[in-house]
Amino acid sequence: MAEIKVEQLRHVYSPQTPFERTAIEAVSLILPQGQFVGVLGHTGSGKSTFIQHLNALLLPSGGRVLCDGEDINRDKVSRRDIKWKVGLVFQYPEYQLFEETVYKDIAFGPGNMGLSKEEIDERVREAAGFVGVEALLDRSPLELSGGQKRRVAIAGVIAMRPEVLVLDEPTAGLDPEGCGQILDNIRAYKARTGATVLVVSHDMDASAALAERLLVFNEGRLVMDGPPEEIFSQPERLTGMGLDVPRPTAIAMALRRQGLRLPGAVYTHAQLKAGLLAAAREAERGAGPC
Amino acid sequence: MSTVIQFENVHFKYPEDTRESLNGLNLEIREGSFTAVLGRNGSGKSTLAKHMNGILVPTEGRVLVAGIDTADEDRLLDLRRQVGLVFQNPDNQIVANVVEDDVAFAPENLGLPPAEIRRRVDGALQLVGMYELRLHAPHLLSGGQKQRVAIAGVLAMGPRVLVLDEPTAMLDPQGRREVLTTVTRLCREQGMTVVLVTHHMDECVGADRLLVLDRGQIALDGTPAEIFSQVERMRALGLDVPETTQLLYELRQEGLDVPLDALDVDSCAGAIAAALKR
Repeated sequence: MAEIKVEQLRHVYSPQTPFERTAIEAVSLILPQGQFVGVLGHTGSGKSTFIQHLNALLLPSGGRVLCDGEDINRDKVSRRDIKWKVGLVFQYPEYQLFEETVYKDIAFGPGNMGLSKEEIDERVREAAGFVGVEALLDRSPLELSGGQKRRVAIAGVIAMRPEVLVLDEPTAGLDPEGCGQILDNIRAYKARTGATVLVVSHDMDASAALAERLLVFNEGRLVMDGPPEEIFSQPERLTGMGLDVPRPTAIAMALRRQGLRLPGAVYTHAQLKAGLLAAAREAERGAGPC
Repeated sequence: MSTVIQFENVHFKYPEDTRESLNGLNLEIREGSFTAVLGRNGSGKSTLAKHMNGILVPTEGRVLVAGIDTADEDRLLDLRRQVGLVFQNPDNQIVANVVEDDVAFAPENLGLPPAEIRRRVDGALQLVGMYELRLHAPHLLSGGQKQRVAIAGVLAMGPRVLVLDEPTAMLDPQGRREVLTTVTRLCREQGMTVVLVTHHMDECVGADRLLVLDRGQIALDGTPAEIFSQVERMRALGLDVPETTQLLYELRQEGLDVPLDALDVDSCAGAIAAALKR
């Protein structure tokens, strides 16, 4: 099982050129095995640069990334091995499907791991099961709907059985039904395997509902790191960074402006509803005969 | 207000499909109105959009745009000048290396005199708030900026109707706001007829009219407030309602006297606060 430790990570794009730009700086954190982590931040905040360091796709300009205490960038072998431990699903991964059949596409990753045919087959079927595409294995990826393609692409990464699964905007561009399916698939993978999951998302509602920990990036720095109740108890700080807040939080903020008292952090529909029903009961008592 | 787009009993089937994507659809779009179109995947909403400037033509029935039958190939250029289409992926719609060259692409192809092209390009870029960046390279812009350049490219044709097929699906929240604000302003200030196809309930809230498509037909047609109030019906159609409506709906079930049609966050909060003070 993998614990990821990031120490004073820094990344500079195009160093020593006129286009030099520091994308992330002084990022330190520990990701224990099995956490569900949401990564937030607006475009250009450094969050995509950050996640590409977790499996050595990008090399640090400064600082280190450790997996179970070992520097993942210590040599060629470690940089390869980490790609099997930490699986990265990019934005719009369906553009990366290239094989003739769904089966072959999902088998590509495990095929590179030097596994036996039987083991590859087992992994392909298992991964297809996680995302609900078992019935599509013989089809061409080109014939699938957008949501199905996305799930096949995720299965291709899951088939390597990563201990850390990182997904960049896995629900972008899908309709509400497609979004729900993908999030269910990710939850199922985590529940069954105990993997660590990092999801980069602009969808605050999903992040608030799913993640047990949120990382907020702003201007290349990790500016907030904590459980959702802590992060969303400071909604003004998020809006100040140009980020959205979950819709229940936005309604709670407007209600507070109307003078209503609501408990500390409101970031899910259930919390908002419970808070309002409590307020309604209180109002009833207040209005009753004394 | 006169009718600018008219669908008369329109059927459409893609050659490879067995089922019709549009199934006897009738619709009139008023000049200068803002119409939002919702529907789950496969409901026919993109197919509907593509019928509005003759990218697709009906297999049965007809579509009239400002009196032009979209199936009339001789009038295709006229039709395309009337109705501009903006798609989901901004990267697929930008052809030039400089923002203003990209916007000039269509008017150049119309064979307009250079001074007129200049006027149209500058005007279009100002309308979408991209004039300051007219000499930038499109690939260095943000998603929202690129999409606004794509909109400017369509505006430079001088259309009466702007049809957008999920223009914000690939954008971040900032880009989504930019595009929605731009489109709303074009309708309200310039009198542009806007048809916005989207997955995002929140983007429909400010429209004059909301159409919900299901299996190639119009399942619901009304103001956003009227439609979103029908919470069960929307669910049955595989759609959500905005968080505001959902909350008001559940509070009503708990016996709180709140209206269902307070769609934006502030009026929703106002309605709840008023009910609690009563």
